[in-house]
Amino acid sequence: MSATGLPAATGGAFDPAAAARGWRPPPLIATPWLRYAVYLGALAYALLAFSSIEVNWTRAAEGVERAGRFLGGFFPPDFITKGDDILAGLLESLTMTVVSTGIGIILSIPVALGASRNLAPLPVYLACRGLIAISRTFQEIIIAIVFVAMVGFGPLAGTLTLAFATIGFMAKLIAEDIEDIQASQAEAVRATGASWFQLLAWGVLPQVRPRLIGLSAYRLDINFRESAVLGLVGAGGIGDTLNTSFDRYEFDTAAAVLIVIIVIVLACEYASGFIRRKVQ
Amino acid sequence: MLLTIEGLTKRYPTGDLALDKVDLQVPAGQVMALIGPSGAGKSTLIRCVNRLVEPSAGRVMLDGVALTTLGSGALRRARRRMGMIFQEYALVERLTVMENVLSGRLGYVGFWASWFRRFPRRDIEEAFRLLDRVGLAHMADKRADALSGGQRQRVGIVRALMQDPKLLLVDEPTASLDPKTSRQIMRLIVELCAERGLAAIINIHDVALAQQFARRIVGLRAGRIVFDGPAEDLRAEGLTAIYGEEDWSQTIRRAEEEEEAATESAA
Repeated sequence: MSATGLPAATGGAFDPAAAARGWRPPPLIATPWLRYAVYLGALAYALLAFSSIEVNWTRAAEGVERAGRFLGGFFPPDFITKGDDILAGLLESLTMTVVSTGIGIILSIPVALGASRNLAPLPVYLACRGLIAISRTFQEIIIAIVFVAMVGFGPLAGTLTLAFATIGFMAKLIAEDIEDIQASQAEAVRATGASWFQLLAWGVLPQVRPRLIGLSAYRLDINFRESAVLGLVGAGGIGDTLNTSFDRYEFDTAAAVLIVIIVIVLACEYASGFIRRKVQ
Repeated sequence: MLLTIEGLTKRYPTGDLALDKVDLQVPAGQVMALIGPSGAGKSTLIRCVNRLVEPSAGRVMLDGVALTTLGSGALRRARRRMGMIFQEYALVERLTVMENVLSGRLGYVGFWASWFRRFPRRDIEEAFRLLDRVGLAHMADKRADALSGGQRQRVGIVRALMQDPKLLLVDEPTASLDPKTSRQIMRLIVELCAERGLAAIINIHDVALAQQFARRIVGLRAGRIVFDGPAEDLRAEGLTAIYGEEDWSQTIRRAEEEEEAATESAA
């Protein structure tokens, strides 16, 4: 034993230089035969896969020509002829976005509280996690089809869809943030004799507020993009306008709608990014 | 007797017995240090008093009220009389110093009043008075995470005092502070207890600090009290009973020297 209380070194028998020459970075897969089997298997699969591809180059060439004509129909974009329809669709989309995001966030907060293991008892936790799982399992389009069947064509179906999707998204991410709070801060608030709601307002909310605001801004952005898609299944919004213009072969109007969507998505993305940077 | 603990036992769901039939009495105005090795049950003991941790068995009486049988509403009212000071300060970091201090009044105001930060004027006055007492009145609107360790702990102390407590439960107040700040914080706690006639249970690792600032020392080992006496009676045998066999001569000498140094500088 050395004076420090650590086990003694091996002494003169150890050669650091030789050890350094022999050292290799650890491989991704430790077992050699498995490593080479995986590499060879991947190579064989790639070769076989490439050899099985059949490309009809004449058809591909025709496709390029058709795509050219199709895209040519987009120019020049026509904002004027169907201007009223575009504006109405746009306002509808924006209304759907704001209303559904607002409703979704308000409803997601109790669900998030219930889905936090450090706040909720097990039965509540399981129920809320189940609700989140359902909301997140189905793509917005599928939920929209169900709501269109329930309440008919139009923006109400779209709004309900987006609100439902918002609940799952927000509740899951906020619940995770609540589970990550510093328990000591909440404990200190509890020790003052605070009630349960005061504990939430003073011990939990200050810790999750930046993320709550950031996610809300992000979800507003997502909901606008989704509202443009939902029109394709008849759930209202600017997607309806886009769909109609395609159906009527008014590609110049469709181009105008696409440009409007792109501009608004960019604006939303920039705004939500700005908000999220501010609250961090 | 301000605080009476009888047969207090805590067994965690994992099966660990943290407290084993602890009996302890603390008279009003007494500052008591609770020492013991890590895992001896010090934190569990003070958390069983205000029931942040639910005891498995036993009775805790504060000022004649049996805390262990209270319903949730009565427990919240009882907690107002027990201020707690924490190891890592446990301030709500994104709130301001003043908000943290006012959170000590949460047990006295309703939810909406607290939501809109509408506290009675005299509470805010008292908050400024106490912040001034610990030298932080100019920091009232700073965010808590902008403060240094010693400053944060002083805010933690003010938050506890805002509750208008009879008893302070203090959990390792100096564990993350340097030696000088540690002494300042301990001195502040002891002074404030004397000014306001508060009793305190102070969990502390540093034996020298405990001996310097508390008149009574209770030693906890594996959930049982193995030493209870005046600070000056704690000698090598006592420390061995609490912590196990080790060479204690340096520890005790250090404590005595520091006391001498303190009296010399005071003179």
